[in-house]
Amino acid sequence: MLVCEDLHKDYLVGNETVCALDDVSVRVERGEFLSVMGPSGSGKSTFMNMVGCLDTPTQGRIIVDGETVSELSRDALAEVRNRKIGFVFQQFHLLGRTSALDNVELPLLYAGLPRAERVARAEEALERVGLGDRMGHVPAQLSGGQQQRVAIARALVNAPVVLLADEPTGALDSATGVEIMELFQELNEAGITVLVVTHEPEVAGYARRVLRFRDGKVIADERQPARMTA
Amino acid sequence: MPLAELLRVALEALRVNLMRSVLTMLGIIIGVAAVIAMVTVGAGAQAEIDRQISSLGSNIFMVMSGTRSRGGVRTASGSEMRLTVADARALKAEIPEIVAAAPTMRGVGQVVVGNTNWSTTIQGIDNEYLVARGWQIDEGRDLEPQEIRSGSKVALLGSRVATELFGAANALGQTVRIKNVPFVVVGTLLEKGQSSMGSDQDDIVMIPLAAARGRVLGRSGPRSDAVSVIFVSVAEGWMMDDVERQMGEVLRQRYRVRAGADDPFAIRNMSEIVETRAEARQVFNILLAAVASVSLVVGGIGIMNIMLVSVTERTREIGLRMAVGAKGRDILLQFLVEAVTLCLIGGVLGILCALVITFGIARIAEWPVLLQWPVVVLALGFSAAIGIFFGFYPARKAAAKDPIEALRTE
Ligand SMILES: Nc1ncnc2c1ncn2[C@@H]1O[C@H](COP(=O)(O)OP(=O)(O)OP(=O)(O)O)[C@@H](O)[C@H]1O
Ligand SMILES: [Mg+2]
Repeated sequence: MLVCEDLHKDYLVGNETVCALDDVSVRVERGEFLSVMGPSGSGKSTFMNMVGCLDTPTQGRIIVDGETVSELSRDALAEVRNRKIGFVFQQFHLLGRTSALDNVELPLLYAGLPRAERVARAEEALERVGLGDRMGHVPAQLSGGQQQRVAIARALVNAPVVLLADEPTGALDSATGVEIMELFQELNEAGITVLVVTHEPEVAGYARRVLRFRDGKVIADERQPARMTA
Repeated sequence: MPLAELLRVALEALRVNLMRSVLTMLGIIIGVAAVIAMVTVGAGAQAEIDRQISSLGSNIFMVMSGTRSRGGVRTASGSEMRLTVADARALKAEIPEIVAAAPTMRGVGQVVVGNTNWSTTIQGIDNEYLVARGWQIDEGRDLEPQEIRSGSKVALLGSRVATELFGAANALGQTVRIKNVPFVVVGTLLEKGQSSMGSDQDDIVMIPLAAARGRVLGRSGPRSDAVSVIFVSVAEGWMMDDVERQMGEVLRQRYRVRAGADDPFAIRNMSEIVETRAEARQVFNILLAAVASVSLVVGGIGIMNIMLVSVTERTREIGLRMAVGAKGRDILLQFLVEAVTLCLIGGVLGILCALVITFGIARIAEWPVLLQWPVVVLALGFSAAIGIFFGFYPARKAAAKDPIEALRTE
């Protein structure tokens, strides 16, 4: 479902090459719940951006849902992001002065869906993350946890094949972080493939498989029993 | 992304920075206002000039007594010379290009009908006058040659005087008292409007020259057939210079002016005066055109500048939009629509300003206002074009951003 083969990513800083990813090969099956761990600067975000079609590798191949994305053009990548990927960021990245509903509608706008369908699907996604009663609120009127839920609803609204989250609990207090992780777990149980980057073992405990990075390499790929829901 | 949605996003972005948006529009507002004011005022002024030229009569000279000085005409002191009816006859007889030479006298007086009285210009004329000045009879008839000769108490009323004294009623055959002398109205004149000097030409009563002398226009001159101005109409415009020269010769001979001495009369080319004023307006128009083009360019640069700022400020928004599936084209379009919207709103405000300015100028200058809708549409199209031209570079810059870099900016 999600295949990475011999991924390399080099950055040129000044006249030195920084190797952010070094020969990474990973296979993720449909319905998996994966957490990505590792020290700061180990290449987790770089890996996620690559898988999320936000960035292209210097070398190697990425296949998302049967489509080799590592050789696509900018616009084609945008289309893959729109149809197949749901991305959740640490800083939420919601549009200010824009209601929760409009924020969630955004991917559907670029998908070119008619208004009625956009609204219906955005409402459904917001209800799914437990914000059915906050649709008209703008980000400034929502708590951090609620804002991240809106961002998750936005990631879900286009029914992606994979949900990618880069430190989704990093900007939240631990209690709220737990709620968010439980939401991911719930979504995973409903059949969505989830990849979560985190520093906290606590958070990683929700996943059934842990990928450990160090210096741009995958140093461990472990399966663990799924944590029981609270 | 549908256009309505793009427009909503653009309006929202402009509303958030309302003050900034309005200030940015200023250049466009001034530019568009200047363009429309220019064309509208220009067209109005041109129509007014055309009307004045035609109301003057074609190819008109004014011949009057007095020496010519730089500022115009000044009456020579001491040896005062008066032009006479005979001078007019002589000019017409000796210069074949002259179509009409009309001796006139002019004064101001009360015209009374019953309880109504009206102070107006009283012009003593002969049969050449209406032809020379291009006046036309509205109702009734011109003065008969016999009436001119005998100085009959008959009058032609200008349209203004006719309305002031008789309202909608028929003036023909009525008796009016001009300076207490009863005159019978035999005709009314077609409206002519304002003169190039801004006076109402229709505020006039015309009577035979001989009747005007003596009682009506007060003291009789040093000679019984003296007149104040002779209007001379020439067949074709290109003959004007030659006729002016010939008239000078004829008059110098008649008054035995020594060679080198100042002429005791003055000849003024009226058509030329109106054309000179038209040229002055042309200068005004060129000035407006300069203001318009400079402010449109400066306005456009202002738009570009503010769009660049906007793109930088909203880098994260751009990154996010790209992350959820916006293609380069979507981002490009979003910022282009924003720039064009900014310009179009500026254009509309400019048109409103132009309306105010135009009506203001038209009121003060008393020109007809000719608002031309094609120009308004053109101005709007032009503002949109400025939006596209100056908005393109910032929009392309936005569209070329890398989503990850964009998301990472603070
Ligand atoms: N745009 C870039 N230019 C240059 N070097 C970069 C760039 N992006 C990432 N890097 C380098 O790549 C390496 C991996 O970065 P990455 O952001 O993937 O780390 P991370 O594991 O996500 O760290 P953290 O846990 O702090 O988020 C780092 O050494 C970083 O300096
Ligand atoms: Mg990171």
